[in-house]
Amino acid sequence: MIAELGLAALWLAAALAFLQMVAGALALRTGPDGEIAQISRPSAVVQGTLALVSFLALLYVFAVTDLSVELVAANSHSMKPWIYKVSGAWGNHEGSMLLWVTVMALSGALIALVEKRLPERTMQATLAAQGFVALGFYAFLLLSSNPFARLEPAAAEGLGLNPLLQDIGLALHPPTLYLGYVGLSVAFSFAVGALITREVTPDFARVMRPWVLVAWVFLTLGITAGSYWAYYELGWGGWWFWDPVENASLMPWLAATALLHSVSVLASRDALRVWTIMLGVVAFSMSMVGTFLVRSGILTSVHAFAVDPERGTFILFLLAIYIGGALLLFALRASTIAEGKRFAVASREGALVVNNVMLSAILAIVLLGTLYPLLTEAFDVRVSVGPPYFNPVSAIFAIPMFAIMAVGPLLRWRRDRWGRIGKEVVLIGALLIAGLTAIGLLADIAFLPLLGLAFALTLGIASFLPLRGRRLLKTPLATWGMVIAHFGIAVALFGMASESAFSTERLAALQAGQDTTVGPWRVRLAAVEPQAGPNWTALAGRMVVRYEGDAPVEIAPMARSFWAPAQQTTESELVTRWNGQLYAVLGGEAQDGRWQIRLWWKPFVTFIWYGGGLIALGGVLSLIGRVVGDIKRRRVRRRVDERREDAEAFA
Amino acid sequence: MNWRLWFPIAAFTGFLAVAAYSLSQPKDDFVRSAMIGEKLPYFELPSAVEGRPSVTSANFADGRPRLLNIWASWCLPCIAEAPQLAELERRGADIVGIAIRDKPEDIAAFLDEHGNPYSSIGRDDVSEVQLGIGSSGVPETFVIDGDGVITYQHIGDVRAPDVPVLLEELRKAGA
Repeated sequence: MIAELGLAALWLAAALAFLQMVAGALALRTGPDGEIAQISRPSAVVQGTLALVSFLALLYVFAVTDLSVELVAANSHSMKPWIYKVSGAWGNHEGSMLLWVTVMALSGALIALVEKRLPERTMQATLAAQGFVALGFYAFLLLSSNPFARLEPAAAEGLGLNPLLQDIGLALHPPTLYLGYVGLSVAFSFAVGALITREVTPDFARVMRPWVLVAWVFLTLGITAGSYWAYYELGWGGWWFWDPVENASLMPWLAATALLHSVSVLASRDALRVWTIMLGVVAFSMSMVGTFLVRSGILTSVHAFAVDPERGTFILFLLAIYIGGALLLFALRASTIAEGKRFAVASREGALVVNNVMLSAILAIVLLGTLYPLLTEAFDVRVSVGPPYFNPVSAIFAIPMFAIMAVGPLLRWRRDRWGRIGKEVVLIGALLIAGLTAIGLLADIAFLPLLGLAFALTLGIASFLPLRGRRLLKTPLATWGMVIAHFGIAVALFGMASESAFSTERLAALQAGQDTTVGPWRVRLAAVEPQAGPNWTALAGRMVVRYEGDAPVEIAPMARSFWAPAQQTTESELVTRWNGQLYAVLGGEAQDGRWQIRLWWKPFVTFIWYGGGLIALGGVLSLIGRVVGDIKRRRVRRRVDERREDAEAFA
Repeated sequence: MNWRLWFPIAAFTGFLAVAAYSLSQPKDDFVRSAMIGEKLPYFELPSAVEGRPSVTSANFADGRPRLLNIWASWCLPCIAEAPQLAELERRGADIVGIAIRDKPEDIAAFLDEHGNPYSSIGRDDVSEVQLGIGSSGVPETFVIDGDGVITYQHIGDVRAPDVPVLLEELRKAGA
């Protein structure tokens, strides 16, 4: 009954998306005051509500493990811990697509309810575009991936959840990324709306910016969490593999980062109009290309849990319509958009343009590396592109970008002289050279990590320079946001460079009672013991580890065997100190009763994810600053309007 | 009309074409290579694992057919094919590995994690052998007969259905 209710709500939501699209499109002809224009906003609101009802219905059938629903039977299990039962609702293709459209519909409802700043014509076009995009996803769900399909007769027991996915981090990972993707879809709709009415104004940028910020914050969190998940769950000790799926999440982030900066230029200076529109389209297309690459299974990946060529065809079809359509519109319309304001090379805009170019170049490199195997496969040649390509090639563009990041925020808008910030530039240059020399002399490390460390040091200090001479409490939150996000980049860069330069690894075969060392750690294997969990059994290697003179700590990395479905995973164990992590994995048993142990000491590796957290925090601060500012401005405007009305009434 | 504005859609159309084409293609691993039927070019590679013999083209001309596996520890499909290589080894195949642009510690870690089906592994740090035998990617698996002649090339990861195919090719090469 609940499942049918969910399905009915989903069909109705699709119908309303259609209505929203048609009403918005017709309103472009009849004008924003016509009767038809009154329909779009309410349909968006009701559509959002219905999608939410549908998603809650899905959560319900998963929470009670209703095994007469095919999706539940295929992905859940009555013995699974409750939290994973619920998160199982989106740990599969159908459920995650439903989550996606729900968040998208709710965002549509939100803009329909509160957004009054744009010209109503642009708003109608935006809602039409939003309805159009949503409609495609509803069609996808209803026609090829119905999450509420019944199973007749009901299954006696579920088939479980992929044990690799049975993890709290992963319960949160896909929704986080989807929130990011959806934010980009809203930005996309705004871009298309503005392209249709040719009204690319600073107001448009101010309306779009919070959505880009939301998307960017969630994408940042998603990537950070995903990287940490791969780090401790896969048990390979690495934190980034340039896997197609990781790239699929990185590419929208790169595009969103570029968009975030260009939308700021548009909002403050009314420049980069066409470029911002273009990035709005590209950012969303990257999230769809990513989804396509992951779901279609045309690339080999460790994340191949949701592969289905038929669905791939459907996504490609949607991709062709939306992105193809938007780019066609762009090609036809962009030249008719009035040129924005001009600016000098030595200006904040100039620095932001360089940043945009570098980000776009890295995006192109990652995209090319990800698609290259696809391209060669069309000629029957299969290849795998790995770190030997991605690391150095993306560094070529990342390094000038870090330099610009240090200097750019110090420049003034429109026109500036290098001489004005001469002292700061000299300081930054001196820091960089001192860092390179000192680290290069003290430690024998490879060139890229050396550059990384020196830039991390420089950027870490330079990121706070924009605050000099300001009263810190009066500094706008958005500025604080920028400072903290840039500092986060420096922190993450430090973590990455340090991990790659100073990690030490130890492979040992130990008998119970024997010990070994890795870096400053002494590790003793106490015993290997069987353990049992709710749906797995495991061998746990109890180890006593001690950092130099500190008190010993006991850890127990495991090799787990799940039984539904039957699968083996390694559960690595981490000991976190302020200056790094010890990473321990229990391997197989050797013939002579010894156990394979893998140990890593990774100095400052945690800074990678602290940095990611800081970057997201910067985004959140900036978002709060912008939204609060908007609300204040709106209130002031209303008060001014009221006074004027009063004055007119008196007159 | 600004012609530069058509760049994005042109690039996108290219992407669509490639994506649509690869979706429409059944995954077909049957590939003919120009190097099939040719003798292995001369090479000498240092061993990737300390204390093991080096890998030279002369090793292959001793009358015993072998599999030559091009792989790397940084390559994800190589992880996917590890169980199949182990299966091949269990069924009597002699597998020589060539690690492409790799580091000894990474190789050791990979072998520790995913098993070592190789009788010997050479380090090809500049893709010298890889290019010499006409392999354009990682992973690839070649069948070399007892005279050191390449008789079969498998491109991409070895999947379960490929195991009997490779064993048959080895048999044909004189095992």
